[in-house]
Amino acid sequence: MKNQLIQYVEDNFVEKKENPKFKAGDTITVSYRIIEGVKERIQQFQGVVIQITGSGVTKTFTVRKISGGIGVERIFPFNTPLISNIIVNKRGVVRRSRIFYLRGLTGKKARIKEKRGL
Amino acid sequence: MSGLIGKKIGMTSIYDASGKSVPCTVLEAGPCVVTQVKTVEKDGYDAIQLGYDEKKEKNTPKPLKGHFAKAGTTPKKVLKEFTRFEEGSKKSFGQVIDVTVFVEGEYVDVSGVSKGKGFQGVVKRHGFRGVGDSTHGQHNRLRAPGSLGASSWPSRVFKGMRMAGRTGGDQVKIINLQIMKIVKEKNIIVVKGSVPGPNGSYIIIERWS
Repeated sequence: MKNQLIQYVEDNFVEKKENPKFKAGDTITVSYRIIEGVKERIQQFQGVVIQITGSGVTKTFTVRKISGGIGVERIFPFNTPLISNIIVNKRGVVRRSRIFYLRGLTGKKARIKEKRGL
Repeated sequence: MSGLIGKKIGMTSIYDASGKSVPCTVLEAGPCVVTQVKTVEKDGYDAIQLGYDEKKEKNTPKPLKGHFAKAGTTPKKVLKEFTRFEEGSKKSFGQVIDVTVFVEGEYVDVSGVSKGKGFQGVVKRHGFRGVGDSTHGQHNRLRAPGSLGASSWPSRVFKGMRMAGRTGGDQVKIINLQIMKIVKEKNIIVVKGSVPGPNGSYIIIERWS
């Protein structure tokens, strides 16, 4: 069980965000705000969620995509104020909650079956 | 200087103004009671003694009971002396000091007793790099300390040579930790970074101006 005082700090100093529900195997697009000096722009990162880890305010998810033939993974905290939007593009059918086997697969082998009839 | 006695509660993370995740330690600090005031005239130096955390009356020896009675307070578990506490200001016996001695954003030093690691080798204890490779025919030297005291000279092992032994459990001070948040009602201080010792251990928070 978490200490009450830690819970107090997390409840009061971290703003909880409402994110759409997704799990490992789903394809999502994360809109991430990037601040360069005074300018601000939004970068989109689309890929497959390969794991969700942690709990409470330190909960994070990892998104993997293939960019120019090279695998790229990014870890996002659920509660970061820098995420402006998350869109779930596809629901995937996978049997485990951490699909690291995807790292060893490329091309047609790396496809994930889509969940139909939602 | 100013300081407080407290407890390490545990770690979490919060987000700063630019949206970055900052690893933080939550500390419970004070309220502390002034149990003794030392002055230049009487003791040769300026200091105050602070007490923290309640202690059972039946577990307190008589001489200490008298000491606490003089300050008009209940027995405390931890006593710690702070020299030149907020120079110029006068503290009196029994005065309660809380987190308001600090302000958000300033830098403090936190000391505590680090986690005990037991008997450890030189690689973990002193950061030695071991000897040679892990393969190419070599065996059992990977985490060895190497030579201790060569052959013809000095032909002995110098005193203080770093070797394997009990690790951790030492008094460790981490300096310049920034205070991220202060909550007066709950006696909470949130500092950036980590603090020595296990959760629930006593720590000293101090600030030198």
